Amino acid sequence: MSAMKFTVSAIAMVAASATGAMARDNIQIAGSSTVLPYATIVAEAFGENFDFPTPVVEGGGSGGGRKKLCEGVGENTIDIANSSSRIKQSDIDLCATNGVNEIMEVRIGYDGIVFASDINGPDFALTPSDVYAALGATVAKDGALVANPAKTWADANAALPAQQILAFIPGTKHGTREVFDIKLLEEGCKATGAYDLFIAASAGADDDAKKEEAVAKCLEVRTDGASVDIDGDYTETLARIDANKNGVGVFGLSFYQNNTDKLKVATIDGKIPTVESIAAGDYPVSRPLFFYVKKAHIGVIPGLKEFIEFFVSDDMAGPEGPLAAYGLVSDPELAKTQADVAGEVPMGPLN
Amino acid sequence: MSDATSQMPAAARPKHSLFEPDARTRRRNAAETRFRFFGASAIVVAVLALVILLASVLGSGLGAFRQTFIHIPITLDATALDKGGNRNPEDMKKVTTIGYAKILEQGLKAAIAEKGLTVDPALTAKQIAGLMSQDAAAQLRNQVLADPSLLGQTIEFSALANGRVDGFLKGRVTLESAARDSNISPAQLNLVSEMKDAGLVSLDFNPAFITSGDASEVRPEAAGLGVAILGSAYMMLIVLVLSLPIGVAASIYLEEFAPKNKLTDMIEVNISNLAAVPSIVFGILGLAIFINFMGLPQSAPIVGGLVLTLMTLPTIIIATRAALKAVPPSIRDAALGVGASKMQAIFHHALPLAMPGILTGTIIGLAQALGETAPLLLIGMVAFVRETPGAPPEGFFDPASALPVQVYNFTQRADPAFVERASGAIIVLLVFLVIMNAVAIMLRRRFERRW
Repeated sequence: MSAMKFTVSAIAMVAASATGAMARDNIQIAGSSTVLPYATIVAEAFGENFDFPTPVVEGGGSGGGRKKLCEGVGENTIDIANSSSRIKQSDIDLCATNGVNEIMEVRIGYDGIVFASDINGPDFALTPSDVYAALGATVAKDGALVANPAKTWADANAALPAQQILAFIPGTKHGTREVFDIKLLEEGCKATGAYDLFIAASAGADDDAKKEEAVAKCLEVRTDGASVDIDGDYTETLARIDANKNGVGVFGLSFYQNNTDKLKVATIDGKIPTVESIAAGDYPVSRPLFFYVKKAHIGVIPGLKEFIEFFVSDDMAGPEGPLAAYGLVSDPELAKTQADVAGEVPMGPLN
Repeated sequence: MSDATSQMPAAARPKHSLFEPDARTRRRNAAETRFRFFGASAIVVAVLALVILLASVLGSGLGAFRQTFIHIPITLDATALDKGGNRNPEDMKKVTTIGYAKILEQGLKAAIAEKGLTVDPALTAKQIAGLMSQDAAAQLRNQVLADPSLLGQTIEFSALANGRVDGFLKGRVTLESAARDSNISPAQLNLVSEMKDAGLVSLDFNPAFITSGDASEVRPEAAGLGVAILGSAYMMLIVLVLSLPIGVAASIYLEEFAPKNKLTDMIEVNISNLAAVPSIVFGILGLAIFINFMGLPQSAPIVGGLVLTLMTLPTIIIATRAALKAVPPSIRDAALGVGASKMQAIFHHALPLAMPGILTGTIIGLAQALGETAPLLLIGMVAFVRETPGAPPEGFFDPASALPVQVYNFTQRADPAFVERASGAIIVLLVFLVIMNAVAIMLRRRFERRW
């Protein structure tokens, strides 16, 4: 009869625990894996110094986090979505259909995106044009569009080392890829003249359609194995470079700063990526990092307001704080962000 | 007849003797030798793979159980740490870890000066303080808040060392790599060497790796498995308590009582199909049913346990049915023959004999569930969780992590020190699995009956 006893006690247990379901007392955060380390650093310090429990921080990518945020209002939905790119109108619409009307947008700072190669390899001094000439699917050559013929970096730009082209770039689901596309491929495409050729060759109805088609063409990377999309995180990119010393990878600045003993960073437009050069706006490839807060949860989930205020406080996000030490480029307009957070100002429509 | 044999020509007799195998026998023998060789080489390959796996995991993971500590006397300045002077823990909480970090910095400097160690003048105060983990300040704060009477005293404090310092003592970080490393300088490491000779720094056993929660990227040295172990244990408890009775009851009914018709056939086929469904599907189901519909919290062991229960049930049902089938019909017939009811025949005679098979199936199902990551991804358990969940049953609803998830989490971190911790977590997971399998073998031996 022990099976019977087991069953009865199991049912009793489930019943007892189901009635004991209680209000959530911890903050739940999900989203971008780029923002994740910063969020964990703040969560840890928050748990140590406040009477509230340490928030639970999940990854899942910027888009995934925003989607989860927009699932609705209530204790079984998350409170904050981390995002390495700005929220999209489609997210806001999804939020609105699920009753999430007021979202606060908080910009925590900027993140640099760097090219880095094996520490013992040659130095790289890249420009967006070089990147496009090496990785674009179709490039301009003698005034005509041809499938990218470059085999080595020296083929793309004679000043670069004669090393076989092998780039590990973030996969399309990463927020980092968007910045890579806009700041490097598109810029490079325009600078090398390929953009104009794409427009000339476009069969679009009007100028806007032609431009759109040209931009889309610019963002196509070669598929002959010289450029590899990495869908995992930076640790995977690092492992690939470890395995193939010819590789050049795209990393976040903070990841590079934690692995300076294995990686050599490339300059872009002659600028070395550092927290300072990005803050000054010299280094061209950077992007803002955000988190989005569901305003309806403030006052319901204990500690939520305190947490977001703590996140953007000078002790954390300021230029001397632990986030800057880890690689976040502090936002020069942090004071305005602090005021917005204190006043619980929801974000307006996207412009 | 005998004439016929005697008249047979000598050529018709077999040409070979028993001592000389003919071509066919040789071929058969050769085939057997080949087969034995293949079998033995398969074993060798399997053992080699296991040895390489264990060697690599143990080689890189055992270090996680030992950690570098800096042992220094700390004077707890009452005026700095208790500004109100009333020893009230609520007031003392106003001093954050930043305040405690300053106390630690002073303590470390004093200890270095006292031992008369040479400090490279290029080292800044921040760099010297950076030898200690940022977690040390939190440890000290917790210790003081728990016992305010420590204020004003000088205590012997063992501060966790920074991950790079720890790597230096473990041989992961060298002076050459430090020269290129933006997080540590050779001058700092030289100071560490001197401190080690003076007895201020040592590698000790680190129980916190087993007991404490996860830690952020900036303090890999403080990251532990406590939350993950508890979370896994809670989930296994839920899986066991739910899936064993449901699974056993379902299989007894299906095997012994259910009429054999199209419906039961269909159920049978579907149970076998369910056992082969990829686990991530159960995660999606769990998200839809338990979180979105029933409103259970995210990241909670209860949801993880329920999802894993769904995943384990088919395994248990199949194992239990096989075990019941293996009980000879004569046992049931004999019981029925002396007047037992059908239920008595099953529960008193068939079930005890099937017990070893049921238990083995259950524990194998549990072990499988223990190592499962994919379904937990969807219900929010692949997360940074630092707070230890409470005692059950409330604890089932607190956020927690799980061991395989923690391994995955550690491997994604940027700091190289997390590689060691990931391997350490794998060791703990393997120990759990070995224990569970050992229990399975023990139970089987104990309950086994032969006839």
